[in-house]
Amino acid sequence: MSETQEPVRKPQRFWASAGRLVKLMAPHKAALAVVVAAVVLSVVLTVWAPRVLGRAMDVIFAGVVGRSLPAGASQQQVEAGLRAQGQDTLADMMSAMTLVPGQGVDFTRLGTLILVVLGMYTVASVLMWLQGYVLNRVVMRVVYDLREEVERKVNALPLSYFDTRQRGDVMSRVTNDVDNIQTALQQTFAQLVQNVLTVLGIVVMMFIVSWQLALVALVALPLSAVAAGVIGTRSQRLFKQQWHATGQLNGHIEESFSGHELVHAYGRQRQMQQQFDARNEELYRAAFGAQFMSGTIMPVMQFISYLSYVGIAVLGGLRVATGQLTLGDATAFIQYSREFTQPLSQVAGMATQLQSGIASAERTFELLDAPEQEPETPTSHLPGTLRGEVRFDHVDFSYDKAALARGAEPLIEDMCLHVAPGRTVAIVGPTGAGKTTLVNLILRFYEIDAGRISLDGIDIRDLSRHELRSQVGMVLQDAWLFSGTIRENIRYGRQDATDEEVLAAARATYVDRFVRALPDGYDTVISEDGSSVSAGEKQLITIARAFLAQPSLLILDEATSAVDTRTELLVQKAMAALRERRTSFVIAHRLSTIRDADTIIVMESGRIVEQGSHDELIEADGAYANLYRAQFNAADPAS
Amino acid sequence: MLLRLLRTFTRPYIPWVVGVLVFQLAATIATLYLPSLNARIIDNGVARGDTDYIWRTGAVMLAVAFAQVIAAVIAVWCGARTAIGVGRDLRRDVYRRVGQFSAREVGRFGAPSLITRNTNDVQQIQMLTLMGLNFMVMAPIMCVGGIVMALREDPGLSWLVWVSIPVMGVLLGLVVSRLMPWFRIMQERIDGINGVLREQITGIRVIRAFVKEPFETARFRSANQDLTDISLRIGALFVLMFPVINMVMHLATAAVLWFGGHRVDQGQIQVGALTAFLQYMLQILMAVMMATFMFMMVPRAVVCAERIGEVLDTRPTMHPPQRPAVAPRAVGHVRFEDVTFQYPGAEDPVLSGIDFAAEPGRTVAVVGATGSGKSTLISLIPRLLDPVAGRVLLDGVDLRDYAPDDLAGRVGLVPQRPFLFSGTVASNLRFGRADATDDELWEALRVAQADDFVREMPEGLDAPVSQGGTNVSGGQRQRLSIARALVARPRVYVFDDSFSALDVATDARLRAALRPVTRDATVITVAQRVSTITGADLILVLEHGRIIARGTHEELVAASETYREIVTSQLSAEQTTGGER
Repeated sequence: MSETQEPVRKPQRFWASAGRLVKLMAPHKAALAVVVAAVVLSVVLTVWAPRVLGRAMDVIFAGVVGRSLPAGASQQQVEAGLRAQGQDTLADMMSAMTLVPGQGVDFTRLGTLILVVLGMYTVASVLMWLQGYVLNRVVMRVVYDLREEVERKVNALPLSYFDTRQRGDVMSRVTNDVDNIQTALQQTFAQLVQNVLTVLGIVVMMFIVSWQLALVALVALPLSAVAAGVIGTRSQRLFKQQWHATGQLNGHIEESFSGHELVHAYGRQRQMQQQFDARNEELYRAAFGAQFMSGTIMPVMQFISYLSYVGIAVLGGLRVATGQLTLGDATAFIQYSREFTQPLSQVAGMATQLQSGIASAERTFELLDAPEQEPETPTSHLPGTLRGEVRFDHVDFSYDKAALARGAEPLIEDMCLHVAPGRTVAIVGPTGAGKTTLVNLILRFYEIDAGRISLDGIDIRDLSRHELRSQVGMVLQDAWLFSGTIRENIRYGRQDATDEEVLAAARATYVDRFVRALPDGYDTVISEDGSSVSAGEKQLITIARAFLAQPSLLILDEATSAVDTRTELLVQKAMAALRERRTSFVIAHRLSTIRDADTIIVMESGRIVEQGSHDELIEADGAYANLYRAQFNAADPAS
Repeated sequence: MLLRLLRTFTRPYIPWVVGVLVFQLAATIATLYLPSLNARIIDNGVARGDTDYIWRTGAVMLAVAFAQVIAAVIAVWCGARTAIGVGRDLRRDVYRRVGQFSAREVGRFGAPSLITRNTNDVQQIQMLTLMGLNFMVMAPIMCVGGIVMALREDPGLSWLVWVSIPVMGVLLGLVVSRLMPWFRIMQERIDGINGVLREQITGIRVIRAFVKEPFETARFRSANQDLTDISLRIGALFVLMFPVINMVMHLATAAVLWFGGHRVDQGQIQVGALTAFLQYMLQILMAVMMATFMFMMVPRAVVCAERIGEVLDTRPTMHPPQRPAVAPRAVGHVRFEDVTFQYPGAEDPVLSGIDFAAEPGRTVAVVGATGSGKSTLISLIPRLLDPVAGRVLLDGVDLRDYAPDDLAGRVGLVPQRPFLFSGTVASNLRFGRADATDDELWEALRVAQADDFVREMPEGLDAPVSQGGTNVSGGQRQRLSIARALVARPRVYVFDDSFSALDVATDARLRAALRPVTRDATVITVAQRVSTITGADLILVLEHGRIIARGTHEELVAASETYREIVTSQLSAEQTTGGER
């Protein structure tokens, strides 16, 4: 039911997106042809079968009537006899029948008809199964490919795509939306075809059997359309209200539970509860209206179908009695009118689902159509052993190219920097100064707008991203690990490392110490919530990971969030071990790191304002010296 | 648990439930009466050529159909009343219960889990009740009624009913019972594949930096293959279901015609009765099918019911006093007397033997590693938790003897995670004192270094704050959270690492502005950054829940090894956190 679901998002370009979705299935034309053929055939059989059943009914009825008549006379003689007695109606009815007076039910004929019907239904069922089976395989194949394509795309998109969008939105495109497409494909496409064909087939059959009765049955059609329309739009509106009220209430619940300690500490329980009660009551009213209104659809539709049932029973009865219709045809008609309303209401339900599926497809296509990273044209390769000399020559960079075009200042402008092999560079500066941007550029996460960045004299744009990045190790502030064991996470640094090498890396970075204390050791699984290891320990694992990779160039983003004191010391030591003999860029937060760095770069709004060793910069008494002093003067408590 | 919940919560709605039963019964009887009337048309009207009878019976049928729709709509009305009411009451009771919880119980369940229980799980139960009252009630009535009517038409054919019901039930049961566990596996695998994608997006920098795209793609492919495998298996079985149902129905129809034909031939029943019997048979089988599908909802609802029951059965460990103490004049004198705190079932206490006093006008700072018990200690002061042994006194009275509102007025908490409620800046600031004037709000904002950005918002104090305060930055959230505590003008300020998201300059200005405001109040603060507490009157060094050293900064640097270690490791040159790309 639509109750727990969000109101359906309307697709922007329904037909274009629907067309594209259908196109995804194009490679499976042959299988789809089988599906369509099976559907058509099974619908024809299912629609025809009641007619044959009607014949069986006729045979029984003929037997009943026949038995009551004197044997020996012919059907015509009996009819003439009846008319002579003034029993015109009975004679009329009999004229539509084939009977042998004096004889009961013709069981050979009845048996044959029943077997024929069973045969038709069996074939129809097998075909129905076949189309379902084949279609399911096709849909699964299409969805499998779609998922693969989405995953490929995630890896091909530039980082800026993820920077400029809410993470949750991207996530829901690659997960929920694809799921939704799967459901829509599975549940709507085949059934839509089947239901539409069934309705058409039944209408045709009705007209074949009796056009007068067909008209009576079809009167139900506009009636149900009107009823569905009236109730549907009304309950849609109520559902929207219910959705709104649910959102409000759930928001309130979320808030009061997440802020539980504040609610208690500030003594707000009573107010929160009053608010809750008001919103709960509002939801009650909205939900009751919506559920009641939508609940009446079924009885009302049923009533309409009963109306046509009564109409058919009466009119059919009259026509049978006057010999214009056989009893079997009348019963077949009753069956038709019943089977007719069901697919009709299903089609109505499917429209909603189809709409939501198309909207999801649209969102997924949007992702698939997003421009990818600039294609690579690597023209150079790095030498076997890298010295690790990094050079920035007059580099300009801006995240927002559009703003740049409007004349905004670039984030990084005319940056020049030379780092000799094996040196440690500490980058300091306030938030938003461009520290992280600087290291992102080295990794070519973003493309620079002007100037040149070179590694050992080679322009990094002439290298493939893979080759460049495989030389660079990175440890970020937020310790990202994937859900797998600790061993797998360390090995992430270099997939072909032996167990000994993994262990050596773990020892060198103090991971070994705490892993030993864990019951499962290196096979401890890091889960998404990661309760088994602390934040500091996770950080150590990321360091071990970088250590194992043995990169020529290192980028470290020191953590600012204080972790466990002891672990903190270990993290520092491990980072120091990692930096040894490697060119390192450290976004530095710790005094010790900064003091020991060969070069300190002080950045302010995208520019390097100072550069030198700690002593030199203190001597110069500039921005760095100010920052350094501010640190120690701020050292007073909140009293 | 599901039954218990339903029993308890439907009790107030018994009249409505009875209404559902009565009107559903009426509607079903009307539904079942129609084929019978149709049979009369055939037997007494058509077979005898009596057109008047046909018209008359037609009119009766119309009346019956009309009665049916009225009864059905009333039943739906009663059903919706009950189900939505049960949902409302359940939601209210869960909310009330969680409201009584202390931080301990909330911590045990976790806030997100409690939210799901109060929203989604309740919704599921409501849905089950609704569907149950609309369909599950109808199915047995339809089944029994159908059988009765069918027997009335012809007892001799009744064995067909007895055979086809179990056949339908067993076949459907076989398919469904196999599908259900597979559905669960499929859900797990969907979660699995979505998990891989989520990791790819959150870890995109690391993956690219380590050139691990091929590895991730392989991981994804295997998850995708797993999902596809199970989906194919489910599909293969699922597409069997409707052909099977149809075949059972058609076989039953054929059997009725064949055996019924014989009985008609022998004059044991009439033709019309046979058509009625046929329709009853199909209606019974439809009811069986519907009931089976309904029961697919039950396992999920059982899980939800259990999760709700868990909350409702949890007794809060903290109670407001029966007779609150006569509150002394608020001064702000805080005293911990040999306080121990331990979670039930935990091996070691979180805090033990905590003993100290905080005086008005003084600052007490608590330092220590993560997990040393700092936050637990802090949360005892606004009585978010009760000590297991020992007591906490405020102005000489045990916290447990304060009326909750009274205590809340005396203690101002600024939690570690700055949390704002949806509403406006003003509504958040007035959280602790509803009657604060706009001037007072601006004054608090000024002290908290938040007046600038609030002034810059077009709506000023009335600027909207979204749920959780996500529309302001972390630093702004923290400053508003501090301002909120200031507006309440408490006697005791409790800061739980409340300045972490501020940059150095703002931090310094804020502390300077705070000093005169909190001059007469007691300040108890947890700090991660040692550099910010060096001026405190008393510093408590916590390790494994015990105070291992106490004194001023100078004293501790001289006397405590642990403190020195903390100082050397935590003195940092720059005070920024995240927020930068």
